Amino acid sequence: MAKMGLFINYDYCTGCQSCAVACQQEHDFPAGKCGITVTEYVYPAEKKPVAVDFLPFPNELCDLCIRRHQMGEDPACVKHCQAACMMFGPLEQLVKEMEKTPRSALFSPR
Amino acid sequence: MTYDKSVEVFPTTVWSAGAGCHGACGQKLYVKDGKLIKIEGDENASWNQGRSCPRALALTQYVYHPDRITTPLKRVGKRGEGKFEPISWDQAFDTCEEKLKSIRDEFGAESVVFAQGTGRDVGGPISFLCYNYGSPNWVQLGLSGQSCYTPRLGGMKATLGDFCVMDAGQFSALRYDDPDYQVPKVIIVWGQNPPPTCSDGFFGHWVVDCMKRGSKIISIDPRNTWMSTRAEYHLQIRPGTDGALALGMLNVIINEGLYDKEFVDKWTYGFDRLKERVQQYPTHKVAEITWIPEHLIIEAARLYARNSPAAIHWGVPIDMNPEGTTVAQAISHLWCITGNVDNPGGNVIARPSHGVTTYPYSTEELVGLYGQDLVDKLNKARIGCDTYPMVKGFRGWAQPDMVIDQIDSGTPYPIKGAWIQTANILGGQAARAKFHYQALKKLDFVVVVDLFHNPTSMALADIVLPAATFAEKDSFRSWWVPLGVMHKTIQVGDCKSDWEINIEMANRLNPDCKYNNIKELINDRLSVADITFDELVNQGSQAMPPEGHSSRPYYRYEKGLLRHDGKPGFTTETGRIELYSKAFESWDVDPLPFYREPAQGPVNTPELYEKYPLIMITGARSHMFFHSEHRMIPWLREKNPEPYVEVHPDTAKEYGVYDGEWIYLENDMGKVKRKVRISLRVHPQMIHTLHSWWKPELKGSEPDLFGVWDYQINQIIPGPQDSSSGFGGGQYKTTLCKLSRINE
Ligand code: SF4
Ligand code: SF4
Ligand code: SF4
Repeated sequence: MAKMGLFINYDYCTGCQSCAVACQQEHDFPAGKCGITVTEYVYPAEKKPVAVDFLPFPNELCDLCIRRHQMGEDPACVKHCQAACMMFGPLEQLVKEMEKTPRSALFSPR
Repeated sequence: MTYDKSVEVFPTTVWSAGAGCHGACGQKLYVKDGKLIKIEGDENASWNQGRSCPRALALTQYVYHPDRITTPLKRVGKRGEGKFEPISWDQAFDTCEEKLKSIRDEFGAESVVFAQGTGRDVGGPISFLCYNYGSPNWVQLGLSGQSCYTPRLGGMKATLGDFCVMDAGQFSALRYDDPDYQVPKVIIVWGQNPPPTCSDGFFGHWVVDCMKRGSKIISIDPRNTWMSTRAEYHLQIRPGTDGALALGMLNVIINEGLYDKEFVDKWTYGFDRLKERVQQYPTHKVAEITWIPEHLIIEAARLYARNSPAAIHWGVPIDMNPEGTTVAQAISHLWCITGNVDNPGGNVIARPSHGVTTYPYSTEELVGLYGQDLVDKLNKARIGCDTYPMVKGFRGWAQPDMVIDQIDSGTPYPIKGAWIQTANILGGQAARAKFHYQALKKLDFVVVVDLFHNPTSMALADIVLPAATFAEKDSFRSWWVPLGVMHKTIQVGDCKSDWEINIEMANRLNPDCKYNNIKELINDRLSVADITFDELVNQGSQAMPPEGHSSRPYYRYEKGLLRHDGKPGFTTETGRIELYSKAFESWDVDPLPFYREPAQGPVNTPELYEKYPLIMITGARSHMFFHSEHRMIPWLREKNPEPYVEVHPDTAKEYGVYDGEWIYLENDMGKVKRKVRISLRVHPQMIHTLHSWWKPELKGSEPDLFGVWDYQINQIIPGPQDSSSGFGGGQYKTTLCKLSRINE
């Protein structure tokens, strides 16, 4: 199987945390345990006085929702992301996505 | 998706405790052996297209939380002692019936108030019970100036005879792919950071969807937010001055001839008088009032007016302006004079889907449900009707600031009881929260219907009735679109839905009550849509109004779909959009928009401003919590564990406070604890803090009341409201304060 990953167009990530709670529900993780954590960045920027960005980080607990994938479903985070700014797929394909998307990130959690 | 064949999946609509919002997304409930095991967004629901917010996704933790109240309770100790004993539903209903009847016999039905909180399906059942009991006093108790959506609704009603909403394609199941739909070229996002929730019947991320499809943003917000930092123009406004900004933008658009002349000639009334009025608001003066650089006001007004279609999406700060109703009127004039009315991608007229009434939004709807005679009769005794003609003429709400004053004073007539339904007044919306606490303590009989104990139930309840989440109930919704139903898929303890509780009580209190059960009521109300509850359930719980229906856009004013007489035009006295409002004239409100300064601030109270130099903004929406709810839900609370206050780095330096330090926010009304978060999100002369904080993990009995007197920010927000119509002007975003250190 091709190596899979998560692509995040973080310019559109609103910090809503749906990915995190979806992940916790999917894996039955208690509070304190989660496969993806969202961090806020507030900083002075170049063209505007302040920038507000969010970046979700799929960590070691992320199994790319392998069970869902086997059943032909998107990962819980990708499905529920309110900004629809996440994609799941073969890394090779996601790199192409990244090439045309400024302010994006690609994760290969495993 | 499910891994287990014994799991059943039920699509349903959301509009109740659980997620708590004002939205109508479709969610799929996964039920195994009668137990909810999972929730997922419904990809067939056009509202959310499979997406979900964290509050919906945490539903299992909410539904099965060990602190849920699962049986009726009666108070056995003193009020506030926190001692309750389980009783049966029959005992609970009997007690409520007996007490409510005896108050009605001795003092009249108006002596009981029926109090609700935020706008979700409770509005239908509580007004139903209130009218069947015969009380005129249905109220959002504590919400100073009814400053949540009602002022905006009033401003629109007085102008267009109808309500409007930004068009994100939500009226068509095909959404953005509908060939009739166009994405707005420009969206003014006025006083909101939309992503955190679905306020006012609008999925916040629809604005994000439009941005992806090319919409440019003008953000009007005192803070730096996700939205404002992605805007073409960010107008960083001084809180409470939105009215001046709207008038300044109208000034630019009118004086530069950027308005839609054909539309104005054909469809509006009073343009010349509006033109005359806006001359009082030249942009240099508006810049001074609002703290927004003049060139930005001019450029933003031009960008909006020169692009068509363009839309305005707005938030609750509009209502919390002084004269909130008038501010809403002025902002609605922007879309009216640019012809962005009921056009694809503009501001479309919004009516309850299929013409079905669930939660009555106007006097007309109340008359439709309860008849002219009863409505006329109740209008006479409603608190606020004599003082504010608009309270009498517009919606059927009692005026909240006057209600609490009357509970306290007992004049002009005494209030003896309160039916408080899913509304944590003391931990939530009540400005002057301590005063509300003291006044409500005087009541003879208080029923609290809720899902969890909270400061209000602890401090006041004689009887507590356990309510249900959206997964546990049959109910319905028509707040614009879609027409949707919730249907009961699980049972938790002995909990009942607000509708079930109130229909039972209504039958006990009114022998002529029209309905015996919820299915009967829903099917009767759905009959105008020619559909039944079961049919809606079977088609996935939602339906869109058919083409050609008066609740579906576009251009209905041209097609004669708005007026009762079937003629083209609007449902106003003149049949036109009344820029000079005849309705306001009849309600003794200035028919043209004007600006008034916030009650507290650098202009009105310079001495107070010297003592308390920070403008405190409260009430921004949170992804994790809906108002005072969800503090006990582990997946949510861990992501925002403490009530923080955002402080600009320069301000923090001035006060010598460090990031993470616990401090007080203080003014003459008292002081409230907050944890400092140093952030560039706020202006140096402002601070921002979340509202409605209490801690369910702390002791519930008095005097603690779950820490409400440590954390409830509304203790230091004054009342009454600051608005001559009676609607608007709650001072939730304009109160002055300072920071003080805890150990000094
Ligand atoms: S892919 Fe699955 S496991 Fe990984 S972060 Fe998303 S929800 Fe969690
Ligand atoms: S769900 Fe999407 S928008 Fe929300 S925080 Fe996660 S990545 Fe960002
Ligand atoms: S806030 Fe929006 S997504 Fe969340 S439950 Fe409400 S309608 Fe659904």
